[in-house]
Amino acid sequence: MSSDTSRSAPRPPIIEIRNLSKSYRRGAQIVPVLSDITLDILSGDFVALMGPSGSGKSTLLNLIAGIDKPDGGSLRVAGADIAAMSEADLADWRAEHVGFIFQFYNLMPVLTAFENVELPLMLTRLTARERKDHVETALEMVGLADRMDHYPSELSGGQQQRVAIARAVITDPTILVADEPTGDLDRVSAEDILNLMDRLNSELGKTIVMVTHDPNAARYARSLRHLEKGVLTEG
Amino acid sequence: MHFFKLITRNTLRHKLRTALTVLGLVIAFLSFGLLQTIVDAWYHGAEAAAPNRLITRNAVSLTIPLPKHYREKVRAVQGVKTVAAANWFAGVYKDPKNFFPQFAVEAVPYFSMYPEYRLAEDEFRDFLRDRKGAVVGRKLAQTFGFKVGDVVPLKGTIFPGNWDFVVRAIYDAGEEKTDTSLLFFHWDYLNETMKQRFPLRANQTGIFIVEVNDVDRAAAISEDIDKQFKNSTAETLTETEQAFQIGFVKQTEAIVIAIRLVSFVVIFIILAVMANTMAMTARERLGEYATLKALGFGPGYVAALIFGESLAIAAVGCVIGIALTFPIGEWFAGEMGTLFPVFEVSTETVALQAACALAVGLIAAALPARRAAGVRIVEGLRSIG
Amino acid sequence: MSIPLRYTLRNLWTRKLTTVLTAGGMALVVFVFAAVQMLDTGLRATLVATGQPDNVLVTRRGSNAEISSGVDRVQAAIIESQPEIAVSTDGTRLVSKEAVILITLPKRESGQATNVTTRGIGDDAYSLRPQVRLVQGRAFEAGATEAVVGKSLAARFEGATVGSVLRFGGREWRVVGIFDSGGAAFDSEVWVDADQLMQAFRRQAYSSVIARLTDAAQFDALKARIEADPRVTLDVKRERVFYEEQSQALSKFISYLGLTLSIIFSIGAMIGATITMHASVSNRIGEIGTLRALGFRRSAVLLAFLFESILLGAIGGAVGVALASVMQLVQISTLNWQSFAELAFTFTLTPRIIVVSFVFAVVMGVIGGFLPAVRAARLKIVDALRAA
Repeated sequence: MSSDTSRSAPRPPIIEIRNLSKSYRRGAQIVPVLSDITLDILSGDFVALMGPSGSGKSTLLNLIAGIDKPDGGSLRVAGADIAAMSEADLADWRAEHVGFIFQFYNLMPVLTAFENVELPLMLTRLTARERKDHVETALEMVGLADRMDHYPSELSGGQQQRVAIARAVITDPTILVADEPTGDLDRVSAEDILNLMDRLNSELGKTIVMVTHDPNAARYARSLRHLEKGVLTEG
Repeated sequence: MHFFKLITRNTLRHKLRTALTVLGLVIAFLSFGLLQTIVDAWYHGAEAAAPNRLITRNAVSLTIPLPKHYREKVRAVQGVKTVAAANWFAGVYKDPKNFFPQFAVEAVPYFSMYPEYRLAEDEFRDFLRDRKGAVVGRKLAQTFGFKVGDVVPLKGTIFPGNWDFVVRAIYDAGEEKTDTSLLFFHWDYLNETMKQRFPLRANQTGIFIVEVNDVDRAAAISEDIDKQFKNSTAETLTETEQAFQIGFVKQTEAIVIAIRLVSFVVIFIILAVMANTMAMTARERLGEYATLKALGFGPGYVAALIFGESLAIAAVGCVIGIALTFPIGEWFAGEMGTLFPVFEVSTETVALQAACALAVGLIAAALPARRAAGVRIVEGLRSIG
Repeated sequence: MSIPLRYTLRNLWTRKLTTVLTAGGMALVVFVFAAVQMLDTGLRATLVATGQPDNVLVTRRGSNAEISSGVDRVQAAIIESQPEIAVSTDGTRLVSKEAVILITLPKRESGQATNVTTRGIGDDAYSLRPQVRLVQGRAFEAGATEAVVGKSLAARFEGATVGSVLRFGGREWRVVGIFDSGGAAFDSEVWVDADQLMQAFRRQAYSSVIARLTDAAQFDALKARIEADPRVTLDVKRERVFYEEQSQALSKFISYLGLTLSIIFSIGAMIGATITMHASVSNRIGEIGTLRALGFRRSAVLLAFLFESILLGAIGGAVGVALASVMQLVQISTLNWQSFAELAFTFTLTPRIIVVSFVFAVVMGVIGGFLPAVRAARLKIVDALRAA
């Protein structure tokens, strides 16, 4: 468990959010989800976004990850103004800069662990041999090198999440976004995953933004942010 | 009743899928109905035949003529009431595409034997008086716009040259199956003209149509007629009008069989589509079936739900398909002009469509129903969420 | 960058029953489509094989079949004397003046009386038709009431084997040989001596005259002269063209009916494909969201699902063509409306039919799968992920 706050070197903000807002239309009504969010996330930070159900934390995560567009305000990630990018450009941007970790792993059931991890590399110009090297390295790092030819249905929840993490880091992305990564896991597996994420952050310097409602998971993070009814509160 | 409510609601759950399946079924049953009706239309000649009419032709083949003077001998055979000579004319009206049957007939005896060709008395008299006169059927008149008094020019193929006929009468169908796409003119006019143009071919007829007094003795009378001409230069073959018509159809039987086969292929196609739909639907609802079983409903109930849904969809598709067969069949026959003079959807065809719907509904549901009925509650519940 | 092929392939493999049923439906449609074309091709091949490129066939003007045509001896002699007609080795013109009538014979299995073309031939008939070979027995002797029959006829009809006797025209004709014309219309004919036939039926005129041109290019000159000659009322046609026209009515019927049916059936099969692909998309909404999040474009998603549907079509096409090719073992015989007599032909498979049928199958896959693929591509990432 790391709450190492003794980093002395000033780190630049990798995510700059200014006056961000997002609403959804439900029938004739417009429901605001995020209101006037201003926030900086520094490079190498491990942020936990917490809040009750309906607070907008997942929406904020989606916006940071570039899979949704804000209605107002600005959002710069790794220097790119992603609020202004076209969908096609966003897709390319995500492939290069974002790694995803989902609550339900979101692996392709018809692909093996190896092939699932390889998937993001299909968006690059690497040769098959080069891809193979990368995938094997990533799977070794998460401790599943011996199960590369297994299908998700043949793996436990914790193992599947580890494959998902290998997939998330394979392109060496700028940020990792995790939405309730331990939400579907038992205590032991959850700890394994969180330890792994901690190592990714402390040893490899990965910036991680994690949404969670589990205080145990939050303890692994360096910074905490609270959201309540679409507004940031310090906590 | 819970059961029927469940079936109805389930069918409406996946509106798009159900709608597409029904559409596929409609197309399939419609095609099936049309094809069967085409086959029926093929046989219409045989259906319109009267049991008291015989056809006498040259024993070698229909294309070899008989001497006209045989007429008297045929008339003299016991049991024979009326005899009329007739020739197939095969003329071309402007374009070979405008095909319709034309016959040169001995008018008075011929029309007395075909009461189903309803003629107005005064028009018929005008026809008898005009040696170049012609009688045309109502459907033929409608197709080409013939009116009494119009001239119909034909180019002969078997009987070469240009022939002009004047429409003197239009006949209507006396019965449902009567063909009103025919043209008749005087046999004598044909013969006179042939005497001038090709004298060697004169005084010959294609067939004799014979009306008999006693329907039960038709076979015996046929034999008696043929006996008259045995061992002559032109031996005859006499058979009932129905046998004669069926003879034609039988020679193109291969095509008829092919069409019938293809009409069943379409049923198999739709069976595949339907089975697919039911399999997907049942697979997706495995959790629900497990829940029902957990609640105490037996495997029979679950199976019945699936069969019920499958049959409901099949029934809807079939009913719409049957309903559309009639108007579309009419349109099709109209487009075909004179090719299908009689085009009617028979009750047999409708019954067959319904039977196929039942079969499709049952077979498509069979495997999914068995799987669903046999699902282990625990496994099924796990598959939810 | 596209989604890997194996994702599509494995998804088809995982849902085997659905894949089989959907592809199966398309296979049946392709089967009907291909079989009809094979039938039409077989029909036309038979009739075209019947004609030689440098032969002409002369009939009375306006008659569209040999049985309704009459060419009297004078007109026949005029044809024979034309300069474009080739001369045979014995110094005479290479012509065969033929009389064609129809007789009825019972079919072997059904006993059904069927019209059969009986051709009275002249001396040069065999020279004019090099594709005809005697495979059993011998040719009939000139002046004898003997007959030779085509191999299809011998196989399909009662009493048409070597040694049997055919009764027509008040005479008995002994069958002395069987010939093979390589699938041409002659295989369904009976051949006898023309003079004998005409005497038996008291005919004065021939039906048609077959002749060899000195050069195939001489046709136009011959045709022009004959049409201008006031002594004759004849139609001169290249033998190939004549037989092609003989097949037109039947061919048109088969191809129109077949095409209409194929299109109607294809709608059913495409509906099947649409239902399958919609379900496929619905079941994988979460995967689609994930793929888009990872950076795959909308177009990649569209192509992946469209390809799945195309693959279903391709499988259906391959199976359908394979089934249709089995039909090559079947021989069809029916009444040819133009000649009003029995004609036997087979289902003929050509490379063109294979390609066209396969393309048809793929097109079915594209149309059937298009809307579901578009739906998959248009999903919003967050909605898809939420629905997973």
